[in-house]
Amino acid sequence: MGPASLRYTESHEWVAMDADTATVGITQFAVDQLRDLVHLELPPLGRRVQAGEPFGEVESVKSVSDLYAPVSGEIIAVNDAVRDDAMKVAEDPYGAGWMIKLRVAPGTNLDQLLTLEQYQKQIGEQPD
Amino acid sequence: MAELLLRTPLCDWHAAHGGRMVPFGGWTMPVQYSSVVDEHTATRSAAGLFDISHMGRIFFRGPHAGRFLDELVTAEVATLETGRVRYALVTNESGGVLDDVLVYRLSPEDEAEYLVVVNAANRTKILNWVAARLAGSDAVAFEDRTEALGMIALQGPRSLALLQPLAAIALDTIPYYHAARATLAGTRALVSRTGYTGEDGVELIVPTGETRRVWEAVVAAGQSAGLKPCGLGARDTLRLEAGMPLYGHELDEQTNPLEAGLGFAVELGKPIFVGQPAIARAKQEGLRKRRVGLELEGKRIAREGYAVLHGGRNVGRVTSGTFGPTVGKCIAMAYVPPELARLDTRLAVDIRGQAAAARVVRLPFYKRPR
Repeated sequence: MGPASLRYTESHEWVAMDADTATVGITQFAVDQLRDLVHLELPPLGRRVQAGEPFGEVESVKSVSDLYAPVSGEIIAVNDAVRDDAMKVAEDPYGAGWMIKLRVAPGTNLDQLLTLEQYQKQIGEQPD
Repeated sequence: MAELLLRTPLCDWHAAHGGRMVPFGGWTMPVQYSSVVDEHTATRSAAGLFDISHMGRIFFRGPHAGRFLDELVTAEVATLETGRVRYALVTNESGGVLDDVLVYRLSPEDEAEYLVVVNAANRTKILNWVAARLAGSDAVAFEDRTEALGMIALQGPRSLALLQPLAAIALDTIPYYHAARATLAGTRALVSRTGYTGEDGVELIVPTGETRRVWEAVVAAGQSAGLKPCGLGARDTLRLEAGMPLYGHELDEQTNPLEAGLGFAVELGKPIFVGQPAIARAKQEGLRKRRVGLELEGKRIAREGYAVLHGGRNVGRVTSGTFGPTVGKCIAMAYVPPELARLDTRLAVDIRGQAAAARVVRLPFYKRPR
């Protein structure tokens, strides 16, 4: 169960907005599905990503999945700790396990993204 | 059309214990309970318990059974001593692999009985192949007892010690690749010192109705030893580290046993078996490809189907790949031309558009300490 302050994608990313900075990671549900995380492929600083397009890959023992940008923006930070050790994502997916920070255009709107309640409904989890 | 999946006698147990169930070879099977890496590590360091009831179990009886099987498989089995188990391939006329199997010699000459354990996905194919070769003759009786029996693998360094209190036989008197009938947890069982993980251990065949009771008795006996139930995910990473081929990946009808590096299971000198002339000819003419082990740089996994590159040219194909939890590296098996199969040859794998450096290394990737 994720924090209510975040917004979510159908592809199991979360995003937190602070002024013009969006922090992005993957949800506990995604971590539980993937389990044995081996590696994250994350973009270089300065790259521009488009909402709904892949910005990286998460590799587990069993599978590899694309990571999708919830919003458009420019990569201004990448979490080196999870790049070096993907299992750090599993330990704290909504905190120390963040993946990238994006600078977004002023007035970027999160209304297209799922609220916690909508996301829980999608993954079939009962709200507490 | 909905696929009708077979259920092992342990399906309800798996579901009740967090097993994530997937279709595999026509059966519904647990791919993992906790995590592939945890289950893998438990098997290497303590013990892992695997439901392998999906494997096909076909019995052959009659005075001509040995000779019939000798014509069916690549290894010499008619001369096996009672209690011996041997790895062999079933090949077609062109030498392609129809299946890889274990042949158990269960009883002596006059009442000759053999058990052949086949891959789940190949069971029907092999049964049809056998029936066609017998062509209605009753000189050899064969019976598919897959669904009448359950099968459990107990693998890992603590396997024998934790199972011993349940067994009415001294387990360490069963040598590697031998089998014995024994009472186990009060049930008649066939116990073999075999496995598919690179660890010491046993595989148990028991009546379907007793399988869950035996499984639960082993789980209880292994509790303090660190035993974990393991799914197909760990079975795959374990066999991959141990360099063992998996049918449908390293083995298929377009590959002959020598290309797969399984010459130890092929007796070209014995009286004729199906595929023997083709394999002998391929050997004489030179093999077209060879199975190799690859160790990759970096942490991206070279997965099945990815191209193997040499000097920028596509020279082969990855058949299995993973991150090996025990070896701590990305490893893969692949087919490449024989001239690129030498140890230490520098190759690359096309991982979704990027070339990852790879090196040919000796198989197996992992060998247990003895």
